[in-house]
Amino acid sequence: MSRACVEFRNVYKSYTDDEPVIKGISLALPQDQTTALVGESGSGKSTLLQIINGLVLPDSGTVLVDDAALDYSDLPALRRRMGYAVQGAGLFPHMTVEENITLMARLEGWTPTAITERYEYLVALLELPLEFTDRYPHSLSGGQQQRVSLCRAMMLNPALMLLDEPFSALDPITRETIHQEFIRLQQAESRSIILVTHDMAEAVKLARYLVILKEGEVVQHGDIDGVRLAPEDDYVTQLFAGAGEL
Amino acid sequence: MMRSGLVWRLVFLTCLAIAAFGDVSANASASASKDARQITVASKNFNESYVLAEIMSQLLEIEGYTVRRRYGMGGTLITFGALTSGEIDVYPEYTGTLGHVILKIDDPAPSLEKLNGLLEPDAAEVLPPFGFDNTYAMAMKESRAEALDIHTVSDLVGRDDLEMAFSIEFMEREDGWLGMSRVYGFNRMPSRIEHGLAYQAIAQDKIDVTDAYSTDGDLDRYSLVILDDDKAFFPEYFGLPMVRGDLPADAKRVLRKLAGRIDEDRMRELNGRVIIDRKSFAEVAAEFLTQEELGEAKVIDNLFWRKLANNTLTHLKLTIIALGLGVLIGVPVGVLVYRSRSVSRAMVYLAGLLQTIPSIALLALMIPIFGIGTVPAIVALFLYSILPILRNTITALISIDPLLKRIAEAIGLTRGQQLRYVLIPMALPTMLAGIKTAAIISIGTATLAAFIGAGGLGEPIVTGLALNDTNLILQGAIPAAILAIIVELLFELLERMVVKPHMLSGQLPE
Repeated sequence: MSRACVEFRNVYKSYTDDEPVIKGISLALPQDQTTALVGESGSGKSTLLQIINGLVLPDSGTVLVDDAALDYSDLPALRRRMGYAVQGAGLFPHMTVEENITLMARLEGWTPTAITERYEYLVALLELPLEFTDRYPHSLSGGQQQRVSLCRAMMLNPALMLLDEPFSALDPITRETIHQEFIRLQQAESRSIILVTHDMAEAVKLARYLVILKEGEVVQHGDIDGVRLAPEDDYVTQLFAGAGEL
Repeated sequence: MMRSGLVWRLVFLTCLAIAAFGDVSANASASASKDARQITVASKNFNESYVLAEIMSQLLEIEGYTVRRRYGMGGTLITFGALTSGEIDVYPEYTGTLGHVILKIDDPAPSLEKLNGLLEPDAAEVLPPFGFDNTYAMAMKESRAEALDIHTVSDLVGRDDLEMAFSIEFMEREDGWLGMSRVYGFNRMPSRIEHGLAYQAIAQDKIDVTDAYSTDGDLDRYSLVILDDDKAFFPEYFGLPMVRGDLPADAKRVLRKLAGRIDEDRMRELNGRVIIDRKSFAEVAAEFLTQEELGEAKVIDNLFWRKLANNTLTHLKLTIIALGLGVLIGVPVGVLVYRSRSVSRAMVYLAGLLQTIPSIALLALMIPIFGIGTVPAIVALFLYSILPILRNTITALISIDPLLKRIAEAIGLTRGQQLRYVLIPMALPTMLAGIKTAAIISIGTATLAAFIGAGGLGEPIVTGLALNDTNLILQGAIPAAILAIIVELLFELLERMVVKPHMLSGQLPE
């Protein structure tokens, strides 16, 4: 593996005094690839993702991005370097499609030309009709909303994208279409992507690197094909079996 | 963002409006500053007090003084408080009230010297009485009293079949119900009724007995009799001018001219001229001064529309300033505290607590701090407007989808940007609804401001209640209601301007 896009060093996190949700994870994720964090609910995969952009602060341990320890003292600056998209899209209902996508670029002081250029490039990439520009999120379908949210995450052209089950709530046909677009998007702009999912089939289809989490610990990680060929235990085997013939 | 730009513009305009109004009030209070030839005359909110106050005002004007009138103040403690705090200089008071309510002495017939000795610490003074003794009395319909063979107050004891209803002030007074029930041995609680409505209630046989004043011009109109105070409980109530001790000696000399000129019959007649003959206070007072050869007053009767416009403007001024302050304080406080559930709760409870203080009590509490007039009225209205604004701001911010709050953070918005671009725009419909509620409450409550001399549409209502004049009451009540409706419509318009239609969930359908 070349340089790491994100590296965890002995990271712990617990929300209450109960059992920690992240139990001393040390892990390096490859750069310019898509990594899937797979696990069932409660495995800590979303928490691990949110530790990267400071939505959750670790109790102990260090997180490095591009070989530098994260500076949690200026969270807005930290987060603007990372795209973020989640299940349910989370578009702001009072903003138009365009306003949702371009908000951060405007606040960052981009020129109108640069904003328009990037905006039109992204909506074309995700096959969003330009007529949607002035529409509000409530008039869009779930799949369209999710495309808008991906555009928003990519607007500032971040080196790192954090995706928290963005495709989970979609119907199978829409999901399949967006999967194809996502693959095209990976080819169009090379970047590090960390994708949280509970669906191994999705992980296999979209990611090259795999991290399997269970109860706050890493069960196994590595290139997907390597993990598939040499599963560490029954749990990993079962996960692949559930993914069907791919 | 165009929309938030509009919001800021609105905030700016509100500030401008407040500044403009503030300027007007500042000028008004500046001109109120002490000038030896200027005297502020006040009255309480019943007919006789208005008549006596107007007689004193006109006499002072005849003698060359400039008089500011602050009529219709809500009750003895408010009026006396205004006198001692220097907000007013003169008002008509009664010896009995003075003894029982203000000085709390147990003397049914105190001398003038004794009263003035006791008033000295308050820098207040009484001048020789007008002449009449307006004592409290129990009044009944003559026919009903005859039929039931009731002639004395003692005859009322144990008559549970009789409906007794007394004015709120009478119920609370030691020289009223509190003492009377003890001396006569009543052991039941009468109902309470606004004095202005009591006679109508008696005329329609809704009640049988109420408290009255022996000089009440209404006694004849409603054919009421006064029951004999057979245990001689009710103390003397000689009407007299109550003045500030530092009132110029010459002004005191002028007011002494009224001593002994008005006996009970004369007072009842003067009261009747207003209540029954529908003459204005100004006309009745001028007539009296002419008859007594004390001078010719120039009666300027304000035109109906001019009065209405003035009252409405004053009313709007009170409401807008109070509401503006409510928004300027309520919204930022809501924004500051909403993240902490316990602090939010404490704030809403505190604001709610303020809301439970009866308006008149709150107004009375303001007098020692802010005096009378516009300022305490605005402070009180502001305190009432805080709750709906604060509560809606907090509720609106709390109930925003947590996912959207997380996204707003995660895409790198600073705290301030989160508020400006996401939280406030999303909370706006509910916040506006809170401000609208506060505005409508303010318009209603502002009618009570007349009790502490702040004017507004409450003025005709208060005077109308004192005179039992439905017309006059409606002259305040109808414009106030129309104002409330206009405000409702304006807020709907504002909503349409600043909030996208799909953001208005839970609103009335088109």
